[in-house]
This record gives sequence, structure tokens and C-alpha cells, in this order.
Amino acid sequence: MTRLNRRQFAVSALAAAGYSSRALAHDSPPPHDHVMGGTLTAGLSGANTSDSWDGRTHSDLFMIASAMGCVFDCLTENGADGTLQGELAESWEASADAKTWTFNLRQGVTFHNGKDFGADDVIASLQMHVAEGAKSAAKPIVSAITEMKKMNDHQVQFVLENGNADFPYLLSDYHILMYPADDIEGAIANGIGTGMYRAVNLDPGVRMIAERYDGSYKGMAHFDSIEYIAINDNTARMNALLTGQVDAINRIDFKTEALLRANPNLRIQEVTGNQHYTFPMLTDVEPFNDVNVRRALKYAINRQEMVDKILLGHGQVGNDTPIGPANPYYAGNMEQLAYDPDKAKFHLQQAGLSSIDIDLSASNAAFEGAVDAAQLFQASAKAAGININVVQEPSDGYWSNVWLKKPFCACYWSGRATEDWMFSTAYEAGVPWNDSQWDEKDSARFQELLVTARAELDPARRAEQYGEMQQILRDDGGVLVPMFANYVQAVSNKIGTPNTIGNLWQMDNARMAERWWMA
Amino acid sequence: MDSVLRIIIQRLGLGALTLLVVSIVIFIAVNLLPGDFAQAILGQGATPEAIESIRRDLGLDQPYLSRYFNWLAGTLQGDLGTSFAQANFASFTGSQELTTVAAQIAPRFENTMFLAGVTAAIAVPVSLTLGILAALYRNSVFDRATNIFTLSSISSPEFFLAYILILFLAVLNPLLPSLSNIFEGMSLSERFIKTLLPALTLTLVVTAHMMRMTRAAIINLLASPYIEMARLKGLSPMRVIVVHALPNALAPIINVIALNLAYLITGVVVVEVVFVYPGIGQLFVDSVKIRDIPVVQACCLIFAGAYILLNLLADILSILSNPRLRHPK
Repeated sequence: MTRLNRRQFAVSALAAAGYSSRALAHDSPPPHDHVMGGTLTAGLSGANTSDSWDGRTHSDLFMIASAMGCVFDCLTENGADGTLQGELAESWEASADAKTWTFNLRQGVTFHNGKDFGADDVIASLQMHVAEGAKSAAKPIVSAITEMKKMNDHQVQFVLENGNADFPYLLSDYHILMYPADDIEGAIANGIGTGMYRAVNLDPGVRMIAERYDGSYKGMAHFDSIEYIAINDNTARMNALLTGQVDAINRIDFKTEALLRANPNLRIQEVTGNQHYTFPMLTDVEPFNDVNVRRALKYAINRQEMVDKILLGHGQVGNDTPIGPANPYYAGNMEQLAYDPDKAKFHLQQAGLSSIDIDLSASNAAFEGAVDAAQLFQASAKAAGININVVQEPSDGYWSNVWLKKPFCACYWSGRATEDWMFSTAYEAGVPWNDSQWDEKDSARFQELLVTARAELDPARRAEQYGEMQQILRDDGGVLVPMFANYVQAVSNKIGTPNTIGNLWQMDNARMAERWWMA
Repeated sequence: MDSVLRIIIQRLGLGALTLLVVSIVIFIAVNLLPGDFAQAILGQGATPEAIESIRRDLGLDQPYLSRYFNWLAGTLQGDLGTSFAQANFASFTGSQELTTVAAQIAPRFENTMFLAGVTAAIAVPVSLTLGILAALYRNSVFDRATNIFTLSSISSPEFFLAYILILFLAVLNPLLPSLSNIFEGMSLSERFIKTLLPALTLTLVVTAHMMRMTRAAIINLLASPYIEMARLKGLSPMRVIVVHALPNALAPIINVIALNLAYLITGVVVVEVVFVYPGIGQLFVDSVKIRDIPVVQACCLIFAGAYILLNLLADILSILSNPRLRHPK
């Protein structure tokens, strides 16, 4: 758990003292250690014909890696080791109630069109998300800011509606990119950011080309140029890597991973992040409104078997919390739920039942292998007197017609960088994506902690609070989280990579252009 | 020549009618599929309000009939509309600039035509030559080997052929690139090399049909008296076939070639996906996936149009190649 402690330390260093992040700036080895030059060619999935440089629309790896990871910057950045670092912000401090945040911006930063970066750009870039008619995914983050004040050219102050100790984390969101205030339209059209690389060409759904920007404040970029090729097809991506046409690919098919591993010219990178597969139950519907039934199901699912057979070992068992190894307050030492039909029977008896019949809706739209996972669940639960009937749902319209509608179904979450972000997205009472309909009555203590921890600046107390919340979820929660799925990617030996690879997103937090080099 | 002109006009009229029917069928079929654009694009984020607002922005809440006739009215005036993805994107960001379906399809269509052209340039001469040789040496080892090879390649699924070619020509012997990501501004030779593997895959698929038709049409004629006459004159077998039999066998061969050319435009979907070739097929697959009806409609019109025009061309050419057909009884 050394990693966790280090991270907690880092969080405390930042938040508690409201202190400068300068000391934590880039952790990758200094550039002069590496060969400069060359082109990084990567084959990436998640590309669309409607892709653009507008951060508000980004939702999948191709554009996240092209924009946040290459051409544009955010105010803050998630380091590969999980620490929060300053990107365009140099340091920040919070008021005692975590409501007022002051950000000091880096000086001497220029956009690719030569314009200086300053406070006006920050305010304009944030306001894009709450503009009339815009439907940005980052709107909840920005609309929680009640006031944005320009203190001077390189200082901005934000006043929040409610205290939020994670606010600097939220600004590392890949939607919230910094654009030049005087020409946001033009910057979106041509890709004008402050990143280490300058956009040369974006052919939506086909490819993205960028070249080194010499004036970058982040130091010299390792590569001369970057080429991301859109390859949504798994096999085509693998072929492209095997034939040397690309140097790196994301999202390896678990079934063929062994073949890639056998190739001496490649190496596989595998990290466990926050991506998790779940079975949410609606806790306001019989029989799931009884916490004993939920507990019975928690012991009736064979988590290890799912990791072995559904993820083929590329994952980690879950403990019915959405908080994963990439979260700062991940309670990795909490006692692990395990398959135990006797305990399941016991809890079923507590609910006054000897056996129970349940429908479980699943489709591979939820996650790859969801139907198989439901069938494994069916087999393991039988021993406890729980008869699960697997209902195979159509993939089309799954998220509209099944999820949040059927009492028990399969689902997935990519996770969030902070506990509060994740909880307030899917576990806070009353929010639209609360997929277990966990209400105030059923989860009073959890909801209370959620609000307290949000404004708590002391990391030790927060760790305690988030620890307790994870425990409540494990024991009483309405969402089964049997497994965390790894991010698996492959890199050619022509490319050098740091020892620590980010686990918040695929491809080193989508920042391979900044962090990798020609070996 | 009048009769030919009349046939062309008649067929073009029927073609327009076919296009109309195709557009109706596609519109109904896409709408019968479960889920619509709003649900597909929102995925897990599909809250009822979000779905509602996208449907309202795109006019998906209008009745089917009025949506279809709106589209039809636009199309008749040459405006294929805007793809749902683009329209949704514009409403997302509040911007007014829209890429039209036509602008979206044009470069993709160009790429698909390029692939079809390269394939045709390889496949047509190869299959004609193979067909003539097979007819010449019929029932020989060469004839059988050619038949077995072409028939087994047409019987295998395209993606399988594609992977076999990738294995032999890109992985084991790195001669050709397995990725056909061509783009604007690429030199012609580079573009050609990148297109070669998909073109070879398609060649394997279409050769059997054309080659066997050539062989059968020629063999069919070899029994006729005028061929016997030519042979009795002492002409070489090659000359008999190429000069005497082939011109009379052209009509069916042209028909088959035209059908296969149409297939090269409309049937390349799988091959484009395997080789990441940015053609119209890939766009079509992506659009069906998200129920982007304007793009699906436009692609289908292009596909149907290609079939109609190439079939018409085939008929005209076979009429011209055979004067007897110009005077129907």
C-alpha cells in the first residue's frame, strides 16, 4: 500500500495547506535523457466521423488523446502516479470552507497562434460549457461555479455554490480544455491550444497529425510529430501493430493478448484503473428493497471466477464499491467479499426466505461478456437457493430500455478520478444516474458522509470518511461490483515508456504524446 | 440507334422509380430497427430528458410521413440534408456551421471508386485471360486448377480472404501494408500501394464469377458450325477463340463484369472495415449503427444508383456488341 500512502500524502500536500503544486510538476524523467525526434504513430479506437476539436463533445479515447493529451491543455493534470499536478495552473489555494478557490496561472505560456495565455482565456474556456444551448458533459462541474473573477492577468478566483475539496481535480476533466478567449471558434476549427504539439490535420474518424510546438512551456516534446490513426476494428488494430505500421495500440482483445505477448518486438502494458463492471439492483423494488436479499446476492456471486473467465485474468475482483485503484482514497485493505453460498443462505433466511426467483437482464451492450457473466452468476447463486433467470436483452436501446428500468441488470462504469465525483454521479440520492435508486431513507449515513467529505480539506479525515462510505457500499449497497477490468494496450519496443503508466485512462491517461519517447 | 436511345430513356425512368422505392424501403427498415439515433448516440447517458431534447432538435419527434416527405423534397432539389450526427453536434455546441451529407460522402465515395477502379484494373484482365485460357485448355489440369482456386476463393468469406492475404503478404512477408488508411494529399503511387491488399482481396472475390462466365460463354459457342468452319480452315485454337468466338460471347461477359463492378462499389463494406479503408462502406456501417438515417439513405441511393447505371451500361454495351439485339421481335 505504499502507493496509496504516497498519493494521500500528495493530496494532503495540495489540499490541506492550499499549497503550491510546483514541487510536484512533471514526474517523467527529464527530456534530455531521451532520444529526441521520430514520429509516434498510434492506432486508436474510439474515433467518430463527427469528431472535432471541441472539448465539450469528447467522449472516447481518440479525441481525448488528440486534444487533452497532445494539442490542448487543462488547468490541472492527473500524473501517471495518481497525483494531481498543475498543467496550465501553477498553484492553487482554497478558503477554509473549500468554497473559494484561487488559481495562479503559469506565466509565459503561448497558444499555437502566438497569443499569450492568461486569466481571460480560463474564464472564456469555462464559460463555453454553460453557454446558451451548449450541452457539455462538463456542465455540472462548471455550473457549480457561481462566480469567476479575474484577479490579475495570471490569477483567477472561483466561488463555488458549495464547498468542494476536489475542485482542482475536476478541472483536470478532459472536456475542460483551454482555448484562446479572442477566437474560440477559430481554435475549435483549427485546433489551436497550448499543448506540446501543434495540430497539423484532423480528418474526423480517419486520423490526426500534430507536430512539435517549439514554444511549449512543458519543455521540448520528445517526438517530432504525432500521428494517431483511427482504427476502431480490433483485429485491424492488432494487424497494424504486428506489421509495424503503428507503434502502439489501445484496447487489446483479451482473447488474443497471449499472441501479442509472444511477439518479442512488442510489450504489453496492463494497468488496473477505475473501469468496473456492475450488476445494479433497484433498491426501491421488491425484493431488493430488503438489505438482506442484497447481502445474500453479494455472497452468491463468484467474483474470482468472473475475473478468470470473463476478463481472462485481466482484472481485479471488486468489493461492491465503484472506487478503484486509480482513486486517491481507494480502500484496498478493506476485507474482500468472497463467494460463500452458506452465508448467502444465511442472509436469505434473515430476509425470511428459503429460496428466491430473480430475473437478471443482460446484454453485451453493458460490457463484453455480460451475458456470460450473468450465466456464471446464475450457476453460482443456485447453490444458495437463489434462482436467477437470465433475460437476454437486445443491445439496441439497452441503456434506454433496460438500465435504470429493469430491477436487476448488467452495467459498466469507466469510473471517475475522485470519490466524490463517482459517488455524486451514481450514488447520491436523487441524481438521475443513481442506478440502484438508493434513496435518502435507505442510505442516510452514506448520504450524510458524502456531503461532509465533499467540503472536508483534511485528507486524514477524508480518508476515514471515504473508507466508511466504501464499507457501507460493500455491506448494504445496491450495486454488485464483481470486477474491475484492466486497461490493456501494446507498445512496440521502438518506443520508450516511463516505469509508471497512468491508470485513469487508456494509453498512459491518454498522454502518450507527452510522456513517451523513441527508444 | 433510335431504339438504343429509347431503351436508355426508358431504363433511366425505371431507375428513378427504383430509387424512390429503395428510399422508402430503407426509411421503413431503419425505423423498424430497435432504438433510434438519440438512444444510440447517448448510450448510457440516455436520460429521458436528453433523449427528448435530441429528438426535438433533430425533428425525430415528427410523424414518419412528414419526415420522409421532408427528406424527399430536399433530395429532389439536390439537398441530401445534414447527418444527424452533425446536426446533433451543432446543437450541442450552439454553432451554426454544418457539414452536409453530400460533403461528408464525397471524399469517401471518391476513395471507394478508387478502390473499385484498382480492383477492376486487376480483376477484369486477369479473369478474362484465365477464362479464355481455361476454355482453350478445357478439362486440362490448368482448367481444373483455375476452377478450384477461383471457386474456393469466391466461397470463402471476404474477411477470411483478407486475413489470409494479410498473413502472407503483410505479416510473414512484409511486402504490403495491412493498413489502407489513405488520405488526401497522398502521392498516387503511395495510394496505390496502400490500396493493393484490399484490391487483391476483392479481386479474389470477383474473379471466379467473371472467369467462369467467360469460359462457359466461349465453350458454348465452340460447338457452333461457324467455329467448326474456322477450325477446318486451319486456324490455330487461340485465334479461333479470340477472334471468332469471343466477340459473340461478349454480351454475357459484359453483363457479368458490370454486375461485379457494381458489387465493387456496394459490397466492399467488410473489406473496408478490415483494412481501415476510409470508403463509403465504412461510413455506411457507422451510420447504420447510430441510425443516422440521412447518411444511410444517401449511401443506399448511391449503391442503388450504381447498380442501375452499371446494369444499364451492360445492356447497352451488349446490344451494341450484338446487332441482333437492336431489333427485338
